[in-house]
Amino acid sequence: MLTDKLRSLMVVGLLAALLPVVVSASEGESFPHAGNDVRNTASLQRGARNFMNYCSGCHSAQYVRYNRVATDLGISDADLKANLMFTSDKPADTIRSALKADDARAWFGNAPPDLSLIARSRGTDYLYAFLRGFYLDPSRPTGMNNVALKGTAMPHVLFDLQGLQQAVYAPAKAGVAPVIEKLELTTKGSLTPEQYDDFVRDTVNFLDYIGEPVQVKRRDLGVWVTLFLLVFAGFAYMLKREYFRDIH
Amino acid sequence: MANKGYEAVTGGGLWGWINARFPLDKMLKEHVTEYYAPKNVNVWYLFGALAIFVLALQLLTGIFLTMNYKPSATEAFGSVEYIMRDVEWGWLIRYLHSTGASAFFIVVYLHMFRGLMYGSYRAPRELLWIFGMVIYLALMAEAFMGYLLPWGNMSYWGAQVIVSLFGTIPVIGDFLSEWIKGDYFISDITLNRFFALHVVALPLLLVFLVVAHILALHEVGSNNPDGVEIKKHKDARGIPLDGMPFHPYCTVEDVMAVAVFLLLFCGVVFFAPTFGGLFLESPNFDVANPMQTPPHIAPVWYFTPFYAMLRAVPSFLGTQVWGVLVMFGAILLLFFLPWLDRSPVNSIRYKGWISKLALTLFAISFVVLAYCGMKPPSGIFPLLARIFTGVYFAFFLLMPWYSRIDRVKPVPDRIVINAH
Repeated sequence: MLTDKLRSLMVVGLLAALLPVVVSASEGESFPHAGNDVRNTASLQRGARNFMNYCSGCHSAQYVRYNRVATDLGISDADLKANLMFTSDKPADTIRSALKADDARAWFGNAPPDLSLIARSRGTDYLYAFLRGFYLDPSRPTGMNNVALKGTAMPHVLFDLQGLQQAVYAPAKAGVAPVIEKLELTTKGSLTPEQYDDFVRDTVNFLDYIGEPVQVKRRDLGVWVTLFLLVFAGFAYMLKREYFRDIH
Repeated sequence: MANKGYEAVTGGGLWGWINARFPLDKMLKEHVTEYYAPKNVNVWYLFGALAIFVLALQLLTGIFLTMNYKPSATEAFGSVEYIMRDVEWGWLIRYLHSTGASAFFIVVYLHMFRGLMYGSYRAPRELLWIFGMVIYLALMAEAFMGYLLPWGNMSYWGAQVIVSLFGTIPVIGDFLSEWIKGDYFISDITLNRFFALHVVALPLLLVFLVVAHILALHEVGSNNPDGVEIKKHKDARGIPLDGMPFHPYCTVEDVMAVAVFLLLFCGVVFFAPTFGGLFLESPNFDVANPMQTPPHIAPVWYFTPFYAMLRAVPSFLGTQVWGVLVMFGAILLLFFLPWLDRSPVNSIRYKGWISKLALTLFAISFVVLAYCGMKPPSGIFPLLARIFTGVYFAFFLLMPWYSRIDRVKPVPDRIVINAH
């Protein structure tokens, strides 16, 4: 017969084994892996450049301060002001866009979302797919549609870099809406497809970073906390064992 | 001088001075150094102390969050991000608090399951069990109201769904749901009152209930895996033969439990604070938007078993109130457990195979229902939810019958000590 202790361990083990199942099952639609690395400072610096030049004209990042980005990414105040600050001259300001929400609604039908937390609410894989997923669609007001977000109001602001893509549809089936099989580059941009993927990956990396600027520090600190707790748990166990010598 | 006489009894110095005026020494003896716990308690008996630890953690981190949080519909979401980015160590305090909410339920569910296994709800511990159940209810209210405060989109729509449940109650439903919200929809007013309840009223109630729970426990004494009373066999000084003083024995065990708990807990806080969207749901990183429903609304994981039951019951006679009744009934039944169990023995160790099977099926039904409650109600999930809602209720409703006919094993007179 099993001892109670063993049985308890089995129950806890079973619960622990169920957790990853639950976690993996709770993820939504799957996109190819973005493969960005928030520890890669050079990539984050390029991402900051991309963001300030291509995104911040319309999108704010209202919870992110310029000087926090500069400190975290090792950018000097002079470089920050000269190359990355277009809508403010105070480094302690948050990133606001020059586009007024009312104008945006009138021009695009939608105010562009704030991007501070976009990587946390949508996921980096989605953002990577979205920024690579524009294709020509004459039925849309901007002339572009997107495989990751059907009917997006966002124009393809990176088209001069990526070029233009055309959707290739799978063989049509009766009664089923046409399915896009792949996107094909029909007009070349100033970057090769590989260079464009890297450009997007850097940008997504920056969005990942501003979603939670403390994440690298958090993980690094976590290692030390874990080591301390292991030592502490060891001593606590020895203390307990010492006392329980008396219990028969 | 009368005090001189007291000091002769209580000893001199500051200690004596205090004890002549306040029963500190008496209380410490009664509840700590001379409270006797059974020697055979096992790992399942650590979750009560852990629940108190998490409560303290939530109170402490909550105080610091309140210093920077703004309970206003226009500022709440931004103030949480301010805590995450600009407040010194604010991110850590927030993650400790958000992870603490889930940890609280994990610990409490395991604590309750321990009670189910070893019959800790049975006479003379009925009131102890009922205090515990009221704590569980208060905890659910506390968690629900706290979840609205970040004012994310899931906060908003989760609250919308739960409050609308009250709207299904015939006649008074609409009035009731308006009364809870203080408005016709979830608004700044709702946020303010949930804040007041979350940071003042419910924590006070929780602390009061926990004190009552512990006082009741120390009155009747701790149960143990054998479900036998250690007070039946005492030595010449009136100390239970099978008991050990709470301090130092239980305290050193609890310190170890806290260490192991913190290892797992900090693993989540530092390496996976959203826990794959289970502890912090991704739609909650968008600010509350009454015009945009998240693609799939589900409450946080600790409510999903009951949410699954709610959805499992179809509406008929033109009302959906039946699902609401089933959901609340599922919680209400737990209160009656002490009177549903008719077995002659307390612990699962000495109950027969029917009770063991019933408890196993009950545990499985809880986990399966939790899973169904997270998924959209399509495919196999509505059917699974219905079957296991049935299993959940059968565990309670058939208990007076199966617990009586089940063949039990002889219970030892004294506890059986496993090697510690």
